[in-house]
Amino acid sequence: MAHFEFDENIDIAWCPGCGNFTIRKAIIEALQELNLNPTEVVMSSGIGQAAKMPQYINTNFFNGLHGRGLPIAVAIKAVNPELTVIAEGGDGDMYGEGGNHFIHNIRRNPNIVHIVHDNMVYGLTKGQAAPTSAIDFETPVQVNGVINDPFNPMPVALSLGATFVARAFSGDIPAVKKVIKAAIAHDGYALIDIFHPCVSFNKINTFKWFKDNSYNLDDTYDASDFTAAMEKALDTEKYALGILYQNKDKVSFNNRTWLYQNDPTPIVKRVRDISQVNALIR
Amino acid sequence: MKQELTIVLSGEAGQGLATLEDFLVKAISKTYYVFATTEVMSRVRGGNNSLEIRISNTPVYAYKEHIDFLYLLNNHSLYRLTDRVDSNSKVFGEVDFITHEEHEQLSSQFIPLALTDSAKSAGNVLFSNTVLFGQIAGILNLNVEDCHTLISERFSTKNETIQLGNIKAFDIGFEIGMPYQSEHKLVPQKTGHMKIFTGAEAIGIGSLGGGCNFIASYPMSPGTGVLTYLASKSNAFGVFVEQAEDEIAALNMAIGAWYAGARALVTTSGGGFALMEEAVSLSGITETPCVTHIGQRPGPGTGLPTRTGQEDLNLVVYAGHGEFPRLIYAPGTMEDAIVLSQKAFYMADKYQIPTFILSDQFLLDSKFQMAPFEMDGKYLESFVVESETNYQRYKLTENGVSPRAIPGNGKGLVKCDSDEHTEDGLITESFDVRVQMNDKRNSKMPLLLDDYEMPELIGPANYTNLIVGWGSTYGVLKEYIDYGDSNDTAYLYIKQPFPLHPDIKKYFDQAKHIIGVENNVTAQFARLLKLELDIKVTDHLLKYNGVPFSIEEITNYMKEVL
Repeated sequence: MAHFEFDENIDIAWCPGCGNFTIRKAIIEALQELNLNPTEVVMSSGIGQAAKMPQYINTNFFNGLHGRGLPIAVAIKAVNPELTVIAEGGDGDMYGEGGNHFIHNIRRNPNIVHIVHDNMVYGLTKGQAAPTSAIDFETPVQVNGVINDPFNPMPVALSLGATFVARAFSGDIPAVKKVIKAAIAHDGYALIDIFHPCVSFNKINTFKWFKDNSYNLDDTYDASDFTAAMEKALDTEKYALGILYQNKDKVSFNNRTWLYQNDPTPIVKRVRDISQVNALIR
Repeated sequence: MKQELTIVLSGEAGQGLATLEDFLVKAISKTYYVFATTEVMSRVRGGNNSLEIRISNTPVYAYKEHIDFLYLLNNHSLYRLTDRVDSNSKVFGEVDFITHEEHEQLSSQFIPLALTDSAKSAGNVLFSNTVLFGQIAGILNLNVEDCHTLISERFSTKNETIQLGNIKAFDIGFEIGMPYQSEHKLVPQKTGHMKIFTGAEAIGIGSLGGGCNFIASYPMSPGTGVLTYLASKSNAFGVFVEQAEDEIAALNMAIGAWYAGARALVTTSGGGFALMEEAVSLSGITETPCVTHIGQRPGPGTGLPTRTGQEDLNLVVYAGHGEFPRLIYAPGTMEDAIVLSQKAFYMADKYQIPTFILSDQFLLDSKFQMAPFEMDGKYLESFVVESETNYQRYKLTENGVSPRAIPGNGKGLVKCDSDEHTEDGLITESFDVRVQMNDKRNSKMPLLLDDYEMPELIGPANYTNLIVGWGSTYGVLKEYIDYGDSNDTAYLYIKQPFPLHPDIKKYFDQAKHIIGVENNVTAQFARLLKLELDIKVTDHLLKYNGVPFSIEEITNYMKEVL
């Protein structure tokens, strides 16, 4: 059986104890349990420690430029809707450098999963502030502490009309896996912001800190209630974990196009007829 | 003998010049050789815009300064054109469109043209432009039935009063124009088979002929025309069109689409392309093909948004960090705009490199005649392979080109990385692998020359003076050679400015004078000739005010230097 884990040992460039390891485990198990074929899955990522994820999962990937995981992903899905497409990166990659793509792809509602590792610090570039870093967080650049307000992706996504908005914590693998599986099943843009500790550069937002400052939404929570979702999203005293919001009624990007409404054949499988083009100059 | 007429219509944005241009050029093309170019200010309403239409017994494709018939469409449409009229010119317009002083200066050269009154008599003041269409058709003695058909087609969705009113307006205009037939010596030609295209349309058609099925772009003049053209054909041809949130997204989307097996295009101008440079480099290292069209306009910065220039050759030659092969086409004719656009997709796919179509505002927006031809289907050939288990995206091969598979097509996995990578597409910091991969990518450079698009030599074989130009200067230089009086001057039309083939040196060897003609201030192509092939251009005619070269400028300059 085809599988997403490698047969041989691989050299992973993350620090021992990094939250990325458990996220990796959750992604692999989710893909595995959904019985997907690695040849039918594509991961797209930018640059950063989180963006190395596709290197460590046995599937198709395009590891491109910093901040540009989303444009690549949405185009792959546009030309071949038969593929399962996951865009993945860190908070700096997706909310900082790629902020414009984050905004506009929510508007498109492409049927892709968007996983963002949120450790509130920059890892690859060695410890500077992330868009999600808290006020007063001290770094080698923000020597007197961060002075800019932190970016909270949850209400931003909700206000733009995102159809699947979730938050998870890397310390709870079964919960992360559950959210990923729901995101893949969702027909539309699915954002999963995953808290995880950076053991090398963030001594404030540690494993314990995330655990103490978050809680799982229980079964009574209604994810179709936008107002409730917005309330949870804006609460930064104690972070709600789970699927904050899901709207199953909105049509996804490809299905909004005339091309796919009239013919489900993937663009990449359609054949161009030169005589039809020649008719334009005859 | 060359007999020709240059008509200029001067008005303002929002006066319907584009519709009038469309009518006139299509109608004239049935009986004469014709060329049309517009000069437009960067505003949606007002200002002063002018449309030049050249009509001739022989092929024409260039801008001419001297105006034979000038039509004024409002009371502020003469002042920017006074340098282009002389005592042989005629100026048509409503009597109150020019001042008392101008009436005295122009005297009998000014011919009152009561478009508004004529339009009213046809039923509506809005028919003015159709009266004007009729007046010019009358002067040129165009086929009335053809003109009526064009009008009926254009207003087919309107009610009968509007349709018939426009026909009547045309007929009134035709009567007004007929007496002026003696003012020119044009003789009807067999041009009925000729087609009219703008460069933007030709590049769009060529892209379709090259298999383009995805376009993501951010609008920017003058590159937008290609986007709107492809959008207009997208339903019929199955082209996925997306207006990207910015240029960075546009080229990244195109690269994602190519990775997954599409043939994607991006269209922009110099400023937008500057934002795409990192993605060009991404295409280079991941060996993911991509095709970018850049319609040049004068810079730097926002520059002159609606004017023409050839200032971005260096930008495209050197775009992107790191070292990797690329290919640039610069078409100067409609046929080349079509064929080279097709080829840009084919070459990108074949060699897994970024390719570029470099045009400019003049080529994109002007209307040119083209004799019909059959596009070759060979450029649709796909080089995508089905993957086997253990497929290696960057397998080292003899010629540096690894078979390219796409995700979901075969048993293997397609792993692409912008980090330096192994044959498997995995990140490596091995110096040996780095050198192997960098050598592999750059070894494709000489391969590109196997398919080099050779330049066209126009003029006598035993020339001693050689004019060299690239891209859209074709029209004006070709006309200079064809109709000029120099018999020892030839023109070399460069279609592929980069990479350059060493074989083209032979064209320069026999020339005593080599004259470079470019729409920029630093002679970018001449410098490239020196750098790449050690060819020294002896004289430079450089223009960078945003206006294309005119026949007169070329003729006068050549008189001076030759």
